[in-house]
Amino acid sequence: MASKGILGTKLGMTQVFDENSRIVPVTVVQADPNTVTQVKTPDTDGYRAVQLAYGTRKRVNKPAAGHLAKAGVEGAKVLAELRLGSDDELPEVGSTVSVDTFAKGDTIDVTGTSKGKGYAGVMKRHNFSGMGDGHGVKKKNRHPGSVGMAATPGRTFKGMKMAGRTGGARVTVQNLEVVDVDTEHQLILVKGALPGSDGQVVFIKSAVKAANKGGGA
Amino acid sequence: MNKVDVVEKAHLRDDIPEFWPGDTVKVNVKVVEGTRSRIQVFEGVVIGRKGGGLRETFTVRKVSFGVGVERTFPLHSPVIDSIEVTRRGKVRRAKLYYLRDRVGKKARIKEKREPAR
Repeated sequence: MASKGILGTKLGMTQVFDENSRIVPVTVVQADPNTVTQVKTPDTDGYRAVQLAYGTRKRVNKPAAGHLAKAGVEGAKVLAELRLGSDDELPEVGSTVSVDTFAKGDTIDVTGTSKGKGYAGVMKRHNFSGMGDGHGVKKKNRHPGSVGMAATPGRTFKGMKMAGRTGGARVTVQNLEVVDVDTEHQLILVKGALPGSDGQVVFIKSAVKAANKGGGA
Repeated sequence: MNKVDVVEKAHLRDDIPEFWPGDTVKVNVKVVEGTRSRIQVFEGVVIGRKGGGLRETFTVRKVSFGVGVERTFPLHSPVIDSIEVTRRGKVRRAKLYYLRDRVGKKARIKEKREPAR
């Protein structure tokens, strides 16, 4: 199964009608052509991968400018690396990847940064159930409950799920479907929701665990 | 133009007649039964429109054998074959949910007499 990937900007959600006239919720991703800025080979780097550049940046520091100049890119908003399988062809540095690498019906994984939720309680953060709202339970309706035992072990285990900073983390949503590809406007329509807020950069890759092996490639 | 609107525009229908809450409409719905498809008519009073763009929906209410039946259609759905406006109603609000609590003569809507817009 060939690895494919493209960086794009999440524009927002809407809905479209499928061939059975059913409503499909979609997220619109703007994926202007990405440029291959580096090709990693087993000889030089020990593994096979391509580095993709997306977007523009006005101020670029010299090391980055020098690196990007090899591919003829002036400035890139984001660089991302896509691991390639042993059977994938290595592209040329400076070549581009556009939305037509994906086709309608492909299964994909999408990586992005989730929306920050700030300091959140256990119900929002870890999907705890909270406690009862009545019957003598005293103002504990969103509490976590017990965090451990008594004298043995006499401490709370490390890694116990508690309240804290939530969101703003790298999240991958797997096995999403490409509903449509608009090559004219460089758009990809993905079924369902994607991590992060509108305007954020997301990385679309062919699905790692595609249920229909080969179908996603 | 907003790129999300570009996506929606491809699915928008331009053959929808102008109609508003209070109007009586005939909605010709495509019904697929196995391999055959036929047109089913749902006629009633439009009691509201909500949403915008491709997501706009409208609700039609009729009283069938004494039982109130409401159906909400996506305005731009390909399931709708056509919409005919049979009567223009004179109403003073955008959502006619009060009709649900009324039966018989009280549930009538005055017809708009002026020429259509």
